[in-house]
Order: sequence, then structure tokens, then C-alpha cells
Amino acid sequence: MAHDHDHDRQAVPSDPALRTKALESLLVEKGLVDPAALDTLIDAFEHSIGPRNGARVVARAWVDPLYKQRLLTDASAAIGELGYSGTQGEHMAVVENTPAVHNLIVCTLCSCYPWPVLGLPPVWYKSSAYRSRAVIDPRGLLEEFGVHVNEDVEVRVWDSTAELRYLVLPERPAGTNHLTEEELATLVTRDSMIGVGKLA
Amino acid sequence: MNGIHDMGGMHGMGPLEYEESEPVFHEPWEAKSFALNLAMRAWLKWNIDSGRHAIEVLPPDEYLRMSYYEKWIARLEGLLVSGGLVTSHEIATGKSDPRVKKMSPVFTAEVAKQRLRGGSPVSRVVGRTGRFAEDDIVRARNIHPVGHTRLPRYARGKTGRIVRDHGIFVFPDTNAHGLGENPQHVYSVRFAARELWGESASPRDAVYIDLWDEYLEPART
Repeated sequence: MAHDHDHDRQAVPSDPALRTKALESLLVEKGLVDPAALDTLIDAFEHSIGPRNGARVVARAWVDPLYKQRLLTDASAAIGELGYSGTQGEHMAVVENTPAVHNLIVCTLCSCYPWPVLGLPPVWYKSSAYRSRAVIDPRGLLEEFGVHVNEDVEVRVWDSTAELRYLVLPERPAGTNHLTEEELATLVTRDSMIGVGKLA
Repeated sequence: MNGIHDMGGMHGMGPLEYEESEPVFHEPWEAKSFALNLAMRAWLKWNIDSGRHAIEVLPPDEYLRMSYYEKWIARLEGLLVSGGLVTSHEIATGKSDPRVKKMSPVFTAEVAKQRLRGGSPVSRVVGRTGRFAEDDIVRARNIHPVGHTRLPRYARGKTGRIVRDHGIFVFPDTNAHGLGENPQHVYSVRFAARELWGESASPRDAVYIDLWDEYLEPART
């Protein structure tokens, strides 16, 4: 399943790079863009906004039943309690995996994704392959991710068509009772919070 | 619009390509494409809905050929010209028109930090009265708007059940076209997989779609 994108990319002309550079220069020259603001945005998404944030939310919900209750009923506020908020996370919803239900998140129309808790989406999440298949063949797609969902488990696919952004609360792995909240957070993967990964 | 972007349920889109330890951006220009799009929103010449629509109107063959951030740059060029911030001549030449007065950026690094924390909520306190309640059986209307819409084709004409009222939100179909926010309720609607895809789908599974009041009509089981 692992795939090296670099080879494909080199076959594409460098046009987008030149086009972007030309546009950036023009906008800076016209006084429409502050280069420092661009750096701030890029730095934030490369270094502070990412799936570690979502993992902390999940770990808190695993150790604190009252927090979990708030998370499932008013996700934006509960996630805000841990300091995560803002662009593309203004209206959050959290859906819980259980022994009877497996949740999967997709945006069939574009690339909607909960930025404050997961960062920017990976290429596969935005791909035509994922967006087209998630709603019609979720079980087949999950098998490609190495996730088998038994027939007696219900698969719920959440298509992010409006401004609600979804996060999956994965099941807490067995045998983790001795771990601290901080240690639990290190077990939570990005894929498990989209619904395409299971935790060991 | 019945565009290529509305691809839920399509076949033949190729295998899933998963990259281990994927970087946030693969190349510096992708990061710039992303940041320029966010920064230029601050001039308020377009909104989230017209911004999405600007990608949907890319020719379908271009849409499929272009990489994600390439689409973002193409979209931004279009929005800058239609928003009157840049002329198509300036984009073609890469040189600013000396007759146009130089502006002062409104989106500074400080504003960027505030925006990332605060976001831009699109919920509204007041809007049209909601017509539906939890457990109501509804049908997604069989409509084919030529402009922007967030009612995916695969749901049209299908029957589902309201599971949650999310509250009042700006309506994309009008907001994308400068026709007002037209705020109305958005509901989470559960569609059985078999209702959408027929007998080959699992009898247990379901797709949950967030739909605006205007996309729905009352239905019976």
C-alpha cells in the first residue's frame, strides 16, 4: 500500500511552482500580502497544528468519563477546553467507535477535515479514489487500510457536506489501564481518528 | 452543479495511494499556495462557499489532472481577478500595473495568529424556522442546481431519517453567488447503505450526510 509519490511528481512540469512564485511576488509587490503572515501560517501547520492535538483529546476522553460525555454532546466546547479551536474546527462533532459501531470520515465534495485537531489532510484523504469509494464501499476501502470490520458491526460513514468537522473517538486498546493520559495519547494515530486505522 | 467534484459513489478512480510518514507539504510551493489562499480571504472579496465553487468550475479534465495545491493556485487566480484585486494582465505578465496604488496588507502575522485561533464561524443565531425534528423521515430533494450546492448527487431522491439538528448555518447555494446568507437549519440525516446503493450494500451500514433544510422534503417510510 505504501507508495512513493516523488516519482510521479517529477514527471509533472514544475509549472505550479513557477505559477505560485509569480503570484506571490505580484501580490507582495501590490501590497496585498504580508510575507510574514504567510510564514506564520506555514509554520503553524508544519509545527503546532496536527494530529497530536486530536490524540490529546482522545486520551482525555479515555480517562475522564465526564469529559467524554461533554465531547460527544458539545464537541467544539470540549475540544476548546484543551485549547484547540479555530479555522476548520469552528463546528466540531465527535463520533464514538464501540464494539458494535465503526465510524469513517470522508468529504466526497472537496477536502473538509478538522484542522485544529488533525492538521491538514493527507493526500490520500483528498484523492478521487478515497472520496468516491468511502460512501459506496467503506468495507472494501477499510480492508485496503488493513482494517477488517466484522459483518455484525455497523459501519457509519460521515460525509462532511456542511461545516461540521468530524473526529472519530477510537476504542481504548485493551491492557492500557496502567498508562497515564500522556502515555495513552502517544498510542493514538491520525488514521484511527479518521476511522481508517485501528489501535492495537 | 453536477460537476466532477461530486464524486461520491463513482467507480474507476484508481487505487488508494497511501504514503507513510507523509510531510504536511511536499514542496515549498504547496505551502505557499495554501498560505496565499488563506491570507487573501482577508480582503473579503469571496467567502468559503464561493471559494469552493471556484474549484468546482475548473474544467473536469483539469480538475482530475491537477494536484490539490495546483487547483488552489488556479482557483486563487480566478478569485483575484473576479474580486478586482488583480487584473488578468497582471497575472499573465507577473508585473503590477504602475497606475494602481500600492495597498497595505490587512492580513498581518498577528491577524494570522488570531484567525487560526478564532476561525470564522458560519453558524447564525437567527434563521428560517426549521421544518424537521429528530426521527422525522425525510427525502433529499431531486434537484440539480447549476450553481454551487452541497447536496451530493448520490443522496438526491433518497429517503433518510433526521438524527440531529445541528442548528442554523449560512446556506452555501446562495452565499456562494452573492445572493445572501439565507441561514437555515442543518440536520444530520442517516441514509441506510441499501437505500443509497441497493441490495449489494451491507444491511447494517449507513451514510450520515449533513443537509440544509431546503435540501429536504417530508417523506413517509
